[in-house]
Amino acid sequence: MQTSAAASTPQTFAGGFALLRPRSYFGRVMELQESIAIHVNGGLARVPVGVTIAEMLGELGIDPKKVAVERNLAIVPRSSFGEVRVEEGDQYEVVHFVGGG
Amino acid sequence: MNVPGTIQADSWTVAGRTFTSRLIVGTGKYKSLEENAAAVEASGAEIVTVAVRRVNISDPNQPMLTDFIDPKKVTYLPNTAGCFAAEDAIRTLRLAREAGGWNLVKLEVLGEAKTLYPDMRETLRATETLVKEGFEPMVYCVDDPIAAKQLEEAGAVAIMPLGAPIGSGLGIQNRVTIRLIVEGAGVPVLVDAGVGTASDAAEAMELGCDGVLMNTAIAEAKEPVLMARAMKAAVEAGRLAYLAGRMQKRRYADPSSPLAGLI
Repeated sequence: MQTSAAASTPQTFAGGFALLRPRSYFGRVMELQESIAIHVNGGLARVPVGVTIAEMLGELGIDPKKVAVERNLAIVPRSSFGEVRVEEGDQYEVVHFVGGG
Repeated sequence: MNVPGTIQADSWTVAGRTFTSRLIVGTGKYKSLEENAAAVEASGAEIVTVAVRRVNISDPNQPMLTDFIDPKKVTYLPNTAGCFAAEDAIRTLRLAREAGGWNLVKLEVLGEAKTLYPDMRETLRATETLVKEGFEPMVYCVDDPIAAKQLEEAGAVAIMPLGAPIGSGLGIQNRVTIRLIVEGAGVPVLVDAGVGTASDAAEAMELGCDGVLMNTAIAEAKEPVLMARAMKAAVEAGRLAYLAGRMQKRRYADPSSPLAGLI
């Protein structure tokens, strides 16, 4: 069980950046709910039990129309972002197009 | 006398999509997204290659390529640059298809970091899998006519042999094999990689290639936008020269002015 004190401290990725910002939607929810550990783009993160992929992306400030999501090595169709629930230990890759040759 | 002074509607078609520009440009290595967009504009390219990379979670609001180069106006060709195994390339392109929503992709599977030379065994394997999954892969490959044929048989929609190693700017190293690939191919052939300056691009087109793909030659020019214009002109000039059919080479001189009537 995540305590409210811990919830106010952003969880950091291995790279040192925070997935969950203070006073975030997740932060508030986490005071009340149990959280689960997941991996996003190689970093560790905690999210409340029961969030969907769409809610996870929203919290990250990512436009779901511009990215593709892989969950445990399988593509998640964009049309199902709002339905697929994030589960303990999930491994996510969230990618987009960048300059390249 | 019928003089075909202009070439009408010279276009090429890959996987059912028709383009008038025969120059494909990469979008890597530019100083800024603004410069990148200006270079694409100047090149006249209708297709740009793009890479698939992780979103920067710590700063998701960084400017994005799509804000500067509109995917509705320019065809994004997702590539697998940086993949050294068939599985990595396939995984990357599955994500690209989901991000972009189309099947036309550029496959490259590299063999080693030093030369970035293609690993043809992995490339062929990846091509077969991608085709089964409904992709239309344009495939980066060695300048080997047999390998090119095998890729085509596996379902590659375009054959893209290297002129020289990626980013080297050395120009076309093997004119003979590029020409052989062009002669043997039933799908478009584009020189991909190795172009350094405008004459290299013109040379590829004079050999009969359907197009040229380049990135570093433009991005690392002192004036990328100017070089993009030069490449546009070179590709067009080379194409026209190929269509016109060059004169035969002679070992010795042949006067241009009539010998009759000399005073």
